[in-house]
Amino acid sequence: MTATVTAPPPAHLRQGLIAQNPSILWFLAILAAFCFGVTFLAEATGTGALSTSMVKTLGKTLCLCLVALAMDVVWGYCGILSLGHMAFFGLGGYAIGMWLMYARTEIIVVQSLAEATLPPTAAEIRDGIATQIFGVVGGNEFPAVWAFAHSLPLQLAMVVLVPGLLALVFGWLAFRSRVTGVYLSILTQAMTLALSLYLFQNDSGLRGNNGLSGLQNIPGLAAMGQDVIAIAFFWASALALALGYLLFAWVVSGKMGSVIRAIRDDEARVRFLGYHVESYKLFVFTLTAVVSGIAGALYYPQAGIINPAELAPIASIYLAVWVAIGGRGRLYGAVIGAAVVSLLSSWFTGGGAPDVNLGFYTVQWTDWWLVLLGVSFVLVTLFAPKGLGGLIDLIAERRAPQRVGDYGPDRSALRREEGPPQGGEQ
Amino acid sequence: MTRFRLLRVLLALLLMVPAAASAQTLQDVLQRHAEEVADPGRRTVAPVIDDLVASGLSGVPSFLTAWSERSVVRRVEDGLFFVAREEAGGTLALLDIATGEPVAASVPGDAVESVRPNGGVQRVIGTALVQFQLSDPDITVRRQAVGALARALAPSQIAPLSASIEGETDPALKERKERLLSYLLARFGASPEARVAALDTLAGDLSVATRAVLNQILDTEFRVTAEAPEGPRVARVLVPGDDIARDAAYAALVEAGLAQAAPTPAEMKAALEASIVEGQVGGVPVAQLFTDEARARAYGALAEAGTVPPLVTEAQIDAALAAHTFFEEYAETDADVIAAAARALASTRTTVAVNQAADLGLDALSLASIYFLAAIGLAITFGVMGVINMAHGEFIMMGAYTGYVVQLFVPDYTLSLLIALPLAFAVTFGAGVAMERLVIRWLYHRPLETLLATFGISIMLQQLAKNIFGTQARPLTAPGWLDGSLVINDVVSISYIRIAIFVLALIFLAVLLYVLNRTRLGLEVRAVTQNPGMAASMGIDPDRINMLTFGLGSGIAGIAGVAIGLYAQVTSEMGQAYIVQSFMTVVVGGVGNVWGTLAGAGLIGLSQKGIEWLNPANTLAAQTYMILLVILFIQFRPRGIVALRGRAAEA
Amino acid sequence: MSALLEVSGVSVTFDGFRAINNLSIAIGEPELRAIIGPNGAGKTTFMDIVTGKTKPDAGRVTWGERSLSLLGMSESRIAREGIGRKFQKPTVFEAQTVRDNLAMALKNRRGPFDVLVWRERPDDTARIEEIADEIGLSAHLPRIAGELSHGQKQWLEIGMLLAQEPRLLLVDEPAAGMTPAERAHTTDLLKRAAETRAVVVVEHDMEFVRRLGCKVTVLHEGSVLAEGSIDHVAANRDVIDVYLGR
Repeated sequence: MTATVTAPPPAHLRQGLIAQNPSILWFLAILAAFCFGVTFLAEATGTGALSTSMVKTLGKTLCLCLVALAMDVVWGYCGILSLGHMAFFGLGGYAIGMWLMYARTEIIVVQSLAEATLPPTAAEIRDGIATQIFGVVGGNEFPAVWAFAHSLPLQLAMVVLVPGLLALVFGWLAFRSRVTGVYLSILTQAMTLALSLYLFQNDSGLRGNNGLSGLQNIPGLAAMGQDVIAIAFFWASALALALGYLLFAWVVSGKMGSVIRAIRDDEARVRFLGYHVESYKLFVFTLTAVVSGIAGALYYPQAGIINPAELAPIASIYLAVWVAIGGRGRLYGAVIGAAVVSLLSSWFTGGGAPDVNLGFYTVQWTDWWLVLLGVSFVLVTLFAPKGLGGLIDLIAERRAPQRVGDYGPDRSALRREEGPPQGGEQ
Repeated sequence: MTRFRLLRVLLALLLMVPAAASAQTLQDVLQRHAEEVADPGRRTVAPVIDDLVASGLSGVPSFLTAWSERSVVRRVEDGLFFVAREEAGGTLALLDIATGEPVAASVPGDAVESVRPNGGVQRVIGTALVQFQLSDPDITVRRQAVGALARALAPSQIAPLSASIEGETDPALKERKERLLSYLLARFGASPEARVAALDTLAGDLSVATRAVLNQILDTEFRVTAEAPEGPRVARVLVPGDDIARDAAYAALVEAGLAQAAPTPAEMKAALEASIVEGQVGGVPVAQLFTDEARARAYGALAEAGTVPPLVTEAQIDAALAAHTFFEEYAETDADVIAAAARALASTRTTVAVNQAADLGLDALSLASIYFLAAIGLAITFGVMGVINMAHGEFIMMGAYTGYVVQLFVPDYTLSLLIALPLAFAVTFGAGVAMERLVIRWLYHRPLETLLATFGISIMLQQLAKNIFGTQARPLTAPGWLDGSLVINDVVSISYIRIAIFVLALIFLAVLLYVLNRTRLGLEVRAVTQNPGMAASMGIDPDRINMLTFGLGSGIAGIAGVAIGLYAQVTSEMGQAYIVQSFMTVVVGGVGNVWGTLAGAGLIGLSQKGIEWLNPANTLAAQTYMILLVILFIQFRPRGIVALRGRAAEA
Repeated sequence: MSALLEVSGVSVTFDGFRAINNLSIAIGEPELRAIIGPNGAGKTTFMDIVTGKTKPDAGRVTWGERSLSLLGMSESRIAREGIGRKFQKPTVFEAQTVRDNLAMALKNRRGPFDVLVWRERPDDTARIEEIADEIGLSAHLPRIAGELSHGQKQWLEIGMLLAQEPRLLLVDEPAAGMTPAERAHTTDLLKRAAETRAVVVVEHDMEFVRRLGCKVTVLHEGSVLAEGSIDHVAANRDVIDVYLGR
């Protein structure tokens, strides 16, 4: 990042990344203010006006904003409507969840075996942990996928590697056969479905539909209260979001942004310019998958539990919905969409919203929220393709922006005249 | 001995008419054996039964039944036998032993002594009864007797069964008897030749019973010996580590007394725990016993001191395993019979495999019809309009709920089905047209956004269905004539509902091909598919065509919903179960072509069933692999099986 | 003169329709060549084959001194080998600025990571401005390409081609929809470009071809009907029959 800011820019670019994109500063400032505000109101560090569960919800929301950012880059900028990024998010969660569960169970098992007459052997401890973890699916041995679960650094590497490699392999297969448009979306959806069905199996090695649980208990930090852990994860999530925003702002500005937007608009033409389109798509797809995995790894310790339903295709479609409602083709749009829709969703479904009595019928929002979401989603698609982010345009009275290096929304991100569904050539 | 007696019995049966002429009564025969009848024992009862059967009297079967059911009594005063029936007030009514006519009433319980044959005697009586039942004039009784016989095959049944075959009038039952006789002869035949002959008749038969008989003959027993076994009785030699786990093999050795028991880790641990002396075990401090090596050292010291059984090392185990042979041995001793049974089983397995393949083919066909029904509407809208309708699954759901609502009002299931099919079409046609007019029309040329907008509609419809019908599954009952299955043999069968769905899919295929290829609407649809601009300039209203196409696609989804609802649960989420499969079908088949969808559905149905067959335990895994297969398939045929080529495809 | 591009014996069939039938054409360097022919003669398919968009059923396409086969190369690889293409319909990236369009086309390394860390250096800037000057869009550099007029888009696309610095330019109907003044400008551009490299122009408009003053190849039903100067082919009986005579 520093290199890009300090490199001597040419005449018309004698501004750094941040100066060139003032929204970055705005974003970071608002995020920082939000973080300090929450810290000030939290139970552990402030007045306690915000409950610990609320802090966790906000921290989780920040993670969702991060994965929405990734989705925006891959869809809004590169034109790949991936219905698989929540699967990468979930894989990141599983990767960290395995360590959390292993390490915590290890502590419990070692404690219980300490009472025994003979000091336990390593194998006994391992068997004890395996029985604890896999008893629920009738197993008592560690499957091969848990080979690294004992090690935090290795499992952290998995957070990046597993989604990254899956995206790399899947993307390579999909892009090289020139699958584009809705075809590609369906294919990513199929991948997601295959993954979640696989995880639903009891012999997948990841506890089937029980998933991984107890993730909110951070091993080694038992002395620390959940209120402190919540605020720590909140800050970690905020930091990840800020770094993610900077990373993606860097990626989508400059020539890279130019090329990937060009691919979105007319990939055949980009090929004739000599760019290997598939590599670019693969780069964007994999990078965003890795960021999604990291977001998931921060999300699930706050959620406490992960199960295969979290990876179902519907989750990835919701992600697309957030980005669309927030306004795709601009980074802050994705953040706004994810934050607003996911918070509203938990408000409505959590019973926070008051029932509406129509006299003949009482609208209970737990039942009607999805109907409302569906309708508003259709309306946004039809009438407000810019999404909520479009409101910012009204406030800022943005004129046609200086396009050089800018990564704001452009016409093609919103209304692209697409050909027939079959994209690629044979 | 038994066999000879039974032969006599048979002879007697054949000579029934002359025997009846000798004018003795049943009571006479019984009185001749009075003591044996009153207090029957397994050994003593046989001559009585022989005599009874030989007498050929018509009352014999009913007496045998009564005897066996312990309702025969002997009157104390004169020693005559009667059938007793309890009356109200604890007294008995006595019936004539041969005719069943009442003889005396209100007899006190102590005036008679009851005859109580034990279980063994009852079995002997039962066997004797079977011969009567097997030749009973009432076919139901004969069927029951054959059924009872088939449930418990025994050597004694050979004679009565073979005797009853000739007189059997019902061809099906006769065939069944012959088959049973083959089973009996194969298992209990007098000579190896007879058994081999019977076994040869069983070859290639795929019924479960035949396979059970063959497997019983080929039953094996696990054995271990020091010297390598030879001969026809060795079914299979087991290699420790491959065919049999090392631990299990060693345990077998120990059990056979061929090796010394090795203390298990748990036993070792218990021994160590029991031997802690002043914080030490065998000279090793307890605190150091957290490795297997230290524990082995401590245990070794204990063993040397003789306080615990000695440790058996891995090398010792290996040596013991190497020195012995583990094998399975046939319980059957005759080499020819073993060979014949193995031959018959192999041939049966081949037949079973062929039939399983046929059954799998039927399953795949019915799955393919379901996918075809579910996907064809999607394929039409996708092909003609380039629109992916994510709410397609919800249209299927709407169709199924329409069927459910119709059944609420029309209790006759056949009639309600006849109403539901067109009504479901109408409802979803209307919903489709409304959706096209209100939403999709504004999003042409923005396929990704159509995908999302229709997804919005999808979650809305799902939640609405949940709000209206609740979350629990609703039944959509099939008419009675669709219950049950068409059973072709023990392996191949298919339920009538699936046949009906297959027929429905065929009808749809025919109707769609007709509409698309032979009608004005079809012509216009194809024109709009190939070149909307040109079609418009020729006076075709693409708006109208799009609307109708979308309606048609949705309407078909509705009908598919009724069909699917007949055998699956109707829930608000049922559409989701089919939507991805439908997409896969369209993607694999190729867009914009009925035949493509058919090919896609066929391929997906077949491969899914194929994968399930390879890994039958796990349908989830089958679906996972199926999807992976589709993703790989796209690598080779990115445009599907039936692809448009040339300029049209690149436009 | 050894040919820069040599197409020999190429055939391609779409669903039974022979779009290209045993076609052989050789282009030298530098050379300006015009390819004419009626609709459906296979002009665009010829370009598709050279640029790798369509794979022929038979024949060879070789390139450069080392006679590399272009068949089997991806479109982007062929473009990097030095073949640039301008489409009939102007295809510029309408959502991006003229400068971005040109910057993307500049001859630079094309890998994703090279592009990610790419910074515009002074010589890049100079090159962009030079090209903009040549295509007459200097004043429009910061404008969104979608806002340009049709002719300006055509020029921008030619400018992007020049920025690629290809050895062979394939230009499909560059003058379509242009005013006479714009046509003259375009002719100059192409002639100048052809001084240092090979330029192949596919054109309908005989006047425009005459103005180019170069060797002409006439295509008909997927193969070469005649080749030579414009006056030579215009006098050819076959050509008059199938094309000019109508």
